Amino acid sequence: MHLPISDKIELNILHQNSHQAEKNKVKFNNYNLLCLNIMSSPGAGKTRLLEITLEDLSKKFHSAVLEGDMTTNLDAARLEKLNIPVVPITTGRACHLDANMVSGGLKLLEKKINPDLLDILLVENVGNLVCPAEFEIGEHFKVALLSITEGEDKPLKYPIMFREADLILITKVDLLPYLNFDINELKSNITSTNPKADVIEISSVTKSGFDLWQDWISKKILKFKNN
Amino acid sequence: MTKCLILSMEEWAEKKNKKKIVVEKINLKIGEFTCVEPISLINTFNAAVLGSWLDSSEITIEIIPFEGKCSKCNRLYFPKKENGYKSPCCNFNLEEIISGRELKIASIDFKEK
Repeated sequence: MHLPISDKIELNILHQNSHQAEKNKVKFNNYNLLCLNIMSSPGAGKTRLLEITLEDLSKKFHSAVLEGDMTTNLDAARLEKLNIPVVPITTGRACHLDANMVSGGLKLLEKKINPDLLDILLVENVGNLVCPAEFEIGEHFKVALLSITEGEDKPLKYPIMFREADLILITKVDLLPYLNFDINELKSNITSTNPKADVIEISSVTKSGFDLWQDWISKKILKFKNN
Repeated sequence: MTKCLILSMEEWAEKKNKKKIVVEKINLKIGEFTCVEPISLINTFNAAVLGSWLDSSEITIEIIPFEGKCSKCNRLYFPKKENGYKSPCCNFNLEEIISGRELKIASIDFKEK
């Protein structure tokens, strides 16, 4: 046996995922397809948000969804009713989507539709406020949802998710009159963790805030297409 | 994360001829502002590599402090969740992160058989 050797590699543990995410992004760019990574804890309202959003959005823009779920295709089945291309990605025991899974999902999507015909790809991540924040999938923007029933302190408890997000949607705001919840404290916690994020209050029941959210998406698509 | 670490090790070993080396230590740098709990990473790694070519390897972790820079006065500070990650000097929001996001294999100690 020889003497020990120390190989100083300074290699990012996630470099293989980052490399695949870059490849995904190049594909999205070549298709002129804007990709949003939608993340939240389970039950914050991601699928309902997409159902309502896509009813209007798909009238203006050609849309598709990659639907991440740990064990079922239930969410994908809900979105397929909107007559848009939906590809379910069942992750098994994995608590997040990674770039390889999204690459596989994109290949399946390519069999359903020519992505050149699409404007926007919405990727619904697995419900989890921890791991999805660390795994790039090649998205152009990250959108994090936080429902008011989760508490004001969540941006402080799960700071990486809210630090990484480009847009934070505060969901279920129709419940404000019934809860002992301080929305200003929540907003302050979001701003102190991530001063650069856009924040929109939204309700899937009253539809309040959907005009702002749709406007945010439309502007991102148009800016992306013009670049 | 453990899977990513093992895949990175496999990739590194392919360049070294894995059959001719024994990995003694994998030295990681993990930032405090990441989703990784160091002890969990060590435990899951040890369980995952049982019986494999990495079975005898040991993980060491250097924790990199979470450090921010106050955008008002440029002082460095250690953000705390109790303070909303704001700078203690000027009570400014966390804008610039100096360190704490590291997820790195810093070095690998190995022997040739």
